[in-house]
Amino acid sequence: MLSIKNLKASIEDTEILKGLDLEVKPGEIHAVMGPNGSGKSTLASVLAGREEYEVTEGDVKFNGKDLLDLEPNERAGEGLFLAFQYPVEIPGVSNMNFLKQAINSIREYKGEDAIAAKEFLKKVKEKQDLVGLSGRLANRSVNEGFSGGEKKRNEIFQMAMLDPKLAILDETDSGLDIDALKTVADGVNQLRTKDNAFIVITHYQRLLDYIVPDVVHVLSDGKIVKSGPKELALELEEKGYDWLKEDKGVNA
Amino acid sequence: MSTTSKKDKFIANFMKNPVADAIGQQQTVREEAFQALRELEFPTLKDEAWKYTRVAGILNKEFEVKEVENPALSENYLIPDLKVNRLVFINGKFQSELSEVIDSDLDIKTTAQARFENHDAVGGYLGSLTNHKNEIFTALNTAFNQTGAFVQIQKNKKPQFPVHIIDVTEGEGVTYQPRNLFVLEEGAELDIIHTIEGDNGQSFTNLVNEFVVKENAKASYYQVQRNGEKNNHIQTTQVYQAKNSRFKTGTYTFGGKLVRNNVNIAVDGENCETILNGAFLLNGKQHVDNHTFVDHLQPHCESHENYKGIIGGKATGVFNGKVLVRPDSQKINAFQSNQNILLTEQAEINSKPELEIYADDVKCSHGSTTGQMDEEALFYLMSRGMTKGDAMGLMIQAFAAESIDIVEIEPLKQWIESLVEERCKEIQD
Repeated sequence: MLSIKNLKASIEDTEILKGLDLEVKPGEIHAVMGPNGSGKSTLASVLAGREEYEVTEGDVKFNGKDLLDLEPNERAGEGLFLAFQYPVEIPGVSNMNFLKQAINSIREYKGEDAIAAKEFLKKVKEKQDLVGLSGRLANRSVNEGFSGGEKKRNEIFQMAMLDPKLAILDETDSGLDIDALKTVADGVNQLRTKDNAFIVITHYQRLLDYIVPDVVHVLSDGKIVKSGPKELALELEEKGYDWLKEDKGVNA
Repeated sequence: MSTTSKKDKFIANFMKNPVADAIGQQQTVREEAFQALRELEFPTLKDEAWKYTRVAGILNKEFEVKEVENPALSENYLIPDLKVNRLVFINGKFQSELSEVIDSDLDIKTTAQARFENHDAVGGYLGSLTNHKNEIFTALNTAFNQTGAFVQIQKNKKPQFPVHIIDVTEGEGVTYQPRNLFVLEEGAELDIIHTIEGDNGQSFTNLVNEFVVKENAKASYYQVQRNGEKNNHIQTTQVYQAKNSRFKTGTYTFGGKLVRNNVNIAVDGENCETILNGAFLLNGKQHVDNHTFVDHLQPHCESHENYKGIIGGKATGVFNGKVLVRPDSQKINAFQSNQNILLTEQAEINSKPELEIYADDVKCSHGSTTGQMDEEALFYLMSRGMTKGDAMGLMIQAFAAESIDIVEIEPLKQWIESLVEERCKEIQD
């Protein structure tokens, strides 16, 4: 589904990603962990198409297409979704109008008809329940005046509405209390199918108690330095990240 | 060439056509205007009120009053799903065939007709409010105007349907100067929709509106300006409010080469409400200047002003809003806001909100902000599948919405919103 080869990316001439490789197959959940500044959010930003980052080398294929050639909206059309670490407040733009336009943009990209009003409302109701936001979105602007937890739930809600093939959760757990964390994880688990995939970017292991990954990757200094089964996350929790740097030193 | 001869040459454009008949008081007003034209000069950038708007480009051109051969009303000029009393003017000439009055007892006619009948209201009011002795464009209109719309609403009456005035400019080198008068007797109500439609020709139009809003009366004046890239348009709306009255206006500008909108409101009674909103969505080399003046002559009144500018291309917007609170005008609440978004590096806004307060027990505020499109929000919308154009459109519409919310006629509001949406697409092209 997603194939990243030797990805190098910079921001303002500082290289952040220094040759990253990653393969994600349908049905898989990948966790990407790593210390602050290792390039986790840069990876999410580059995949979603944020303009500030310059890709200097490497190749990213998403379902056979060259992802880096696509505009952010085209990436969404192809089935990529980024749950933002800091969801943006957009005053004056209503949640419902925004969602409807988003769904119809993706449908248009795929050559499908616009969603029927009835179907849209049914879907909103169903997916709102899933993330515990029932009745809290109508008549409000996108993320405006939302608490941190509500914003993150709204990201998962949007994900559920847009039904992506690959969702990247960029530190969705940061700033969440345990209840909100469980709700977010429940949402992800219920949306999981054999055809879609998730990349869960996180600093801490606790989210992975609820969203069980197939593979855990450790990102350090712009590269994946270690990959392993879910137990790797526990090991990181216990030992921190420093031992990996030493490990790397030995290998080099 | 001296400026005087330039002025004479420009005024000579209008001399070619006979002016409409005027008798009695109207004749006096017109003579005053001619006198003013002899004495006054056209403004330059040295005049504070015209600091950002250069009219010299208009003065150098030749214009003439021209009728069109086969006047027709484009479907595009009509507001969907709205029944109106419609008055259509093309190049300043009234088109009775294209007009339609559906309220049976509505006192509506052209100002030329009202003058011809020596209508009481025309004799009493036309020219009584305007500053034709000191403002050269108002003097020009007062001297040479041919006709316009005249509506008088009798005491405690309200027409069932709004009045829709359509002013269309067609052809090359056209000029005309409409003169409208609206009189609301005590307790009367009136909604006016005025649409200004331009084409691709060069033109100069100079409009003057007068509103007399008597005790307990309520007037709304919504204007939609859709001039083309070469249409020059200057207008002055002069309003007089008596006590317990409400005046509300929204000016929505979607185009024009040089547009100057003056709104002057004299709030001359207690317990008045005044609302003046506007939005301007500019592109190319357009220049739009909104000048407003609210004069609080009496205590216990409220005024709200909210203008939104969205400026793309190499366009320039100007906002100069002044609120004056006179020494004995206590308990005034006056709020003024101008917010702008610049879409390009070359886009420009000159914003000058002014409060002049001589009373001590008042609540007044004003503010102006100018910024760029929020890139982070744009990326957020795009990451959800919207094209850059759609994402910008959604944000611009959200930004402009506040200034449009005052429109109480739902089909009109929807129409203006759809024009904003359409305009957003053009601005990005």
